[in-house]
Amino acid sequence: MAHHEHDEVVVTPQPADKAHIRKIWMTALILGVVTAIEFLIAFTVDNATFRIAVFIGLTIVKAFYIVAEFMHMKYETKSLIWSILIPTIFIIWLIIALLVEGGEVLDARF
Amino acid sequence: MATKSVTLDKPMRSVWDGGESPMKASYGKLMMWFFLLSDAFTFSALLISYGMIRYSNPANVSAATDAGYRASQSEWPIPDMVFNAVPFLHGVHLPLVFVGIMTFILIMSSVTMVLAVEAGHRMDRRAVEKYLLWTIIGGATFLGCQAWEWSHFIHGTDEGILLADGTRFFGANLYMNEYGPQLFADLFFFITGFHGTHVFSGIVLLVLIFFNAATGVYERRGHYEMVEKVGLYWHFVDLVWVFVFTFFYLI
Repeated sequence: MAHHEHDEVVVTPQPADKAHIRKIWMTALILGVVTAIEFLIAFTVDNATFRIAVFIGLTIVKAFYIVAEFMHMKYETKSLIWSILIPTIFIIWLIIALLVEGGEVLDARF
Repeated sequence: MATKSVTLDKPMRSVWDGGESPMKASYGKLMMWFFLLSDAFTFSALLISYGMIRYSNPANVSAATDAGYRASQSEWPIPDMVFNAVPFLHGVHLPLVFVGIMTFILIMSSVTMVLAVEAGHRMDRRAVEKYLLWTIIGGATFLGCQAWEWSHFIHGTDEGILLADGTRFFGANLYMNEYGPQLFADLFFFITGFHGTHVFSGIVLLVLIFFNAATGVYERRGHYEMVEKVGLYWHFVDLVWVFVFTFFYLI
């Protein structure tokens, strides 16, 4: 029997989903606007604590949109979402542990 | 009666007992998610180490003095004062502008990547090819920008620093740097280098799937799931850059 694996398959593409594509561009717009706000704050606000708090908050907003929309996590099953999100508590623990440690090292050195 | 006995005889089964995909995702996609989770741990460890080391050094406060900002080997530098160069604008103090451009390029390449995934769902081969090419161009441009950024960091400013023996040292390497404590330069090379390696691997994967899409491999296979998996990886690289941008350049 002859192999037909390399024969051309005729595939008719489906039309683009306008609403879906608009949503992708809206997400991109949100990411762009949030970055623009970060720039604005970087050039205008001097208060260090306020700046750091806002930057971290806005970074989490951007991370949410990238993971939820671009990586499509929002539309996955609950069990998949939690299997990925719950292990990240180890990252939160590491942040707390090492920043406390960093403060102690600073105190010990100076 | 018959219906009742059927329901009673049926063994207790949950979706986790086999024969089904409870997470409604293929093996490959699931494994990509878990790989990305482990990669997130690696990047977190690097960025949190940066935070810890930065926090254990005194901050450079000379920008507030009359003499203006001066780099110090014992004080952690202000990123705005280190990363302030833009190609073709030598000597102009433009903090954040070049990294801003790089961030924009990477976000745009992420957008074209989602558009490629979307086209793959519709089995639209020409659109998949078009958007994959745009994504490859975006990624390569980002890498080029990063190469320039590294080159500038390594070669240093016009002033450099005055060493104890009276000579001047310009730029940075793994043993010396003019910007601040040695670990600042080491962490810069390691963190942005590790991210750049990821971008490079992403471009290799994108070229491979572009080749496969163009030769009709996915059309014969009947789905474009490979584009989705590489897409997940590419968005993750973008996600990491968002964090590197904040913790290395903004704060």
